[in-house]
Amino acid sequence: MVDEFWFAMEVLISGLLQGFMYSLVAIGFVLIIKSSGVFNFAQGSMCLFAALGFVSFWEAGLNFWVALGLALVMMIVLAVVIERVVLRPLVARPPLILFMATIGLAFLLEGLAQALWGTQPHGLELGIPDSPLEGLPVDISQFELFAAAISLLLVLALVIFFHRTRVGRALRAVSDDHEAAMSVGISLQMMWGITWAIAGGVALVAGIMWGTRLGVQYSLTLIVLKALAVLILGGFNSITGAVVAGLIIGGSEKLVEVYLNIIFGIGGVESFFAYALAMFVLLFRPYGLFGDEIIDRV
Amino acid sequence: MSAEIAPQPLLQVNNIEVVYDHVILVLKGVSLQVNHGSIVALLGANGAGKSTTLKAISNLLRAERGDVTKGSITFEGRQIGKSDAPQLVRRGIIQVMEGRRCFEHLSVEEDLMTGAYTRRDGRAAIKQDLEMVFNYFPRLTTRKSTKTGYISGGEQQMVAIGRALMARPKLMLLDEPSMGLAPQLVEEIFQIIVRLNREENVSILLAEQNVNRALKVADFAYILENGRVVLDGDAETIRKNEDVREFYLGLTEIGKKSYRDVKHYRRRKRWLA
Ligand SMILES: Nc1ncnc2c1ncn2[C@@H]1O[C@H](COP(=O)(O)OP(=O)(O)O)[C@@H](O)[C@H]1O
Ligand SMILES: [Mg+2]
Repeated sequence: MVDEFWFAMEVLISGLLQGFMYSLVAIGFVLIIKSSGVFNFAQGSMCLFAALGFVSFWEAGLNFWVALGLALVMMIVLAVVIERVVLRPLVARPPLILFMATIGLAFLLEGLAQALWGTQPHGLELGIPDSPLEGLPVDISQFELFAAAISLLLVLALVIFFHRTRVGRALRAVSDDHEAAMSVGISLQMMWGITWAIAGGVALVAGIMWGTRLGVQYSLTLIVLKALAVLILGGFNSITGAVVAGLIIGGSEKLVEVYLNIIFGIGGVESFFAYALAMFVLLFRPYGLFGDEIIDRV
Repeated sequence: MSAEIAPQPLLQVNNIEVVYDHVILVLKGVSLQVNHGSIVALLGANGAGKSTTLKAISNLLRAERGDVTKGSITFEGRQIGKSDAPQLVRRGIIQVMEGRRCFEHLSVEEDLMTGAYTRRDGRAAIKQDLEMVFNYFPRLTTRKSTKTGYISGGEQQMVAIGRALMARPKLMLLDEPSMGLAPQLVEEIFQIIVRLNREENVSILLAEQNVNRALKVADFAYILENGRVVLDGDAETIRKNEDVREFYLGLTEIGKKSYRDVKHYRRRKRWLA
């Protein structure tokens, strides 16, 4: 009985920790949707691009922090270029056109990453073992714990940035009404550049975490698939939503997978459970659990 | 109300033409000027081109795919056609857009603070101006931390004007501040507009359909029809103009407007333009 309880706990905790890593990817989408109303199809490619850049710098013999800093600078430069070359010429066009532009961007980034750094997978070892922490009644991977802590820190930093700083407030204003934001002198170009830079930084962190897990390779772009379910569930424009939905999906999919398997012998639910859950919630809350409610008052 | 006699006007719009989407010609040669310290009304029916004129000045046109294709705009004697909205705000021109346009998920205080975005004169000065805004709009004090999406229309208009004030502008472009508000709120807003003009030395270009109310606060007025200025003059003169009394103020002796009257008016309009 006690063993069963600890087993369930272990499944749940491991699921929740994994959920943080889903959130990490989802947040990248949320940031860009909030600032420019665009669903950034290239978010997964940005994760790959960032992680591959980082690994290559590191493998080339640079110090870890230098490689990390360099990769971050690279993502910031990329954001500035995207703003100049893609977003600025498309200003005031329908969101669908911008969305298509991000599809192009996705393939461009993947191609560029391969041209610059080759196609073979790179292992990534941060020196934090993916093995259980000792002295606990449950097995919790040290790496998962570490990744969850990093995600949490990142989210806290973002929340503080958006709510306590002048630029953060301006970004929220842009997400509510970009024309009114312009009218008070907020530069949309600047705000887009900043958001894409932050999203690039988030992609770097997500890419490193998932790259450690899965290896840094092309399939890293597929991590966005789970993040999509997280987005639908949490709401496309809420960072809190991304975190909570990540936890809900991470925790529940593991439990469902394990127990359906034990009780009914059904397997493979984990791969689609997230979507089933997200679509179910969509029926009741079209804007997700935490998406900005459309305020209908005049 | 006396407009200061200044050697050069604060704002001068010279014969501008505005085109949307490269093909839709909306302003067909509009000229107007705003002197230092004055309130100028830009009057006209829905669709006349008031908002377009204001957006041409504040350069919010670009976001709507509009362009000034002819003419020029000068502010304090310098051409501003090439400046973007943030530069113009820094130079002292701010627009309060039609329909209030608050940031609905920001609190009242946060929304007001966005008006100070371009300022570089330090927290203390900004905080002091925030107090000033709450002094002008005391009813906002109790709403400080309410999201602007949940306050009343009148309060939203106050936030929109207060937010513009936070930028410490020299010229405020007000687009239909009376729109959709109950009469006593309109009264309150207009009184504050006059106070801002006198006490904070903000010059005002006021676009309105509420001709009667606007003419009571304005020093000078322009009447815009179909993208052209068809009449201009001292507010007093405009108010006494027969056509204005008939078509904008509804103070006609003749009773129902006949088509002939309208035609007569159109002829006169062309002559004036
Ligand atoms: N973004 C736009 N694209 C095309 N036409 C526009 C746009 N905005 C306004 N117009 C047209 O320009 C004309 C003037 O509009 P506007 O300046 O909003 O008038 P007003 O503010 O006096 O009601 C209208 O006929 C309107 O349909
Ligand atoms: Mg208008």
